[in-house]
Amino acid sequence: MTADDNADLHQSSPEPSRLLPILNQPATRRTALKAAGAALGLAAFGKAVSPLWSIPENVSVDEFLQQHYKELSDTDKQKVFARLESETQQKLGVEITISDPPPIPGVRYGYAINLSKCNGNGACMEACNKENNHHRGVQQSYIRVLELPKGTMDMEAGNTTYDHTVPQDDKYYMPVQCQQCDNPPCVTVCPVEATWKEEDGIVVVDYNWCIGCRYCEAACPYHARRFNWEEPEIPSDEINPDQGYLSNRVRPQGTMEKCHFCLHRTREGRLPACLEACPTGARVFGDLNDPESNINWVLQNKRVFVLKEELGTQPSFFYFFDS
Amino acid sequence: MICLAIACDDSASPETETKNASKASANETGEQPAPLLATGESQNPATRFAVSIRKPLGPPKVSTGLQDMHGNLVLAACSTCHTTRPPNHQNKLAKDLDEFHSEMQFSHGTISCLSCHNERDYDALKLADGSRVEYADVMLLCAQCHGPQMTAYQHGAHGGMTGYWDLARGPQIKNNCIDCHDPHAPKFPSMQPTFKPQDRFLDPPRTDH
Ligand code: SF4
Ligand code: SF4
Repeated sequence: MTADDNADLHQSSPEPSRLLPILNQPATRRTALKAAGAALGLAAFGKAVSPLWSIPENVSVDEFLQQHYKELSDTDKQKVFARLESETQQKLGVEITISDPPPIPGVRYGYAINLSKCNGNGACMEACNKENNHHRGVQQSYIRVLELPKGTMDMEAGNTTYDHTVPQDDKYYMPVQCQQCDNPPCVTVCPVEATWKEEDGIVVVDYNWCIGCRYCEAACPYHARRFNWEEPEIPSDEINPDQGYLSNRVRPQGTMEKCHFCLHRTREGRLPACLEACPTGARVFGDLNDPESNINWVLQNKRVFVLKEELGTQPSFFYFFDS
Repeated sequence: MICLAIACDDSASPETETKNASKASANETGEQPAPLLATGESQNPATRFAVSIRKPLGPPKVSTGLQDMHGNLVLAACSTCHTTRPPNHQNKLAKDLDEFHSEMQFSHGTISCLSCHNERDYDALKLADGSRVEYADVMLLCAQCHGPQMTAYQHGAHGGMTGYWDLARGPQIKNNCIDCHDPHAPKFPSMQPTFKPQDRFLDPPRTDH
């Protein structure tokens, strides 16, 4: 307590003491101001989190009361998927199906990119945008291709906005997407467990449980997460109707999303869309648990590395150069 | 898509058994397909779907510059001209050639035309040992010099593909060497990126929030 505070107390002591309900202490000019400030702050906070207290106009009661993905029974899921299907039908006039393929038992996915082959043309980014029903307004994609000067591994030196014929002689190209870390900081920081790692290694987000706090975006060392600042706009005839609940269904505004290795495809045995689109054949995908898989051949025969190994995130995503 | 002089079979069906590219030995002995184009994944073909490789349709045809009565271009087989003139093993460059081939670009090491083209039958190719190989099996020819690439190809680490990673669930279709590489100038061509995500922080600042 400062001398000034003492002076205040002394001055106010002759007045009748009024108790503020919250602070339960004698009111002085100073404490009243403090209390008002606190009340104002609370009001502002209340306004900011109001979506949590009241049901916003664009959210149905069913959606608001929906449980966490892991707590949904099969019947619940059927209801939720049917609701999402009919909402898309109403909103966009498109018939879609929402599937929820489970991890294939015993499979653990790995992905590798041959940086000697990648020429930075970006067909993978475009395929991701189309496959995963990304917001067309900002050409959203889970992949960013960095153009890096040869001779450095410093991602900070990378440029994603290059616009010239590729490849340039003094550059190499490094596509970065979610590395499906085995020790994912994004999962640890989520205050509501809206994001988690599945048995096949894929880190998923329950878009309906996510509160949009963006902690995970800050925690990810690979800039792999994307926030839906706006309601995604997609022309009806460009909607991919083959949608997964935990993958490429149209995400609501204010939620986080990230690469999910096209789980609606890969859990049915198909290759990811970015791999199929790659014109240089730089991408290798497969089951790390299968000793005969393409990805294991790469791990055993190429000198692979992971990004930011020193952070201990243990990616399931690998890079290599042809020797 | 990259256009090449040689047409490719886009509709390769999963049934097409393309792993058996070297027909010579396998059919006679009834053995499993020759290993050169077998892929690492197909250990147990009984329970697995095929990995098929898109194949060129056959020998290329050369435009004669003439039109038939329906207005279609008249195409000629290589053998149309080459059966009537003697082979020249010295020809290495387009400028050494007359007529049809003078426009072509050659940039493929120091090999000569007849390193790969078959002077005994111009509608086929030939391997380094002189034996005949069909245009459809051109990968056998490429693999003679490009061993490391072929090894990587066999393990899915070179060349694009579509379909299934899990062959227990569905087939896979792989590109052929010449889908991506022009055999006469095999360097992968330059490209112009057409798609750019507009990351939020690259946009000019917004004032409406
Ligand atoms: S790359 Fe980022 S988003 Fe993906 S699992 Fe790792 S920390 Fe999470
Ligand atoms: S943005 Fe969503 S997923 Fe990310 S930490 Fe916050 S609640 Fe969890």
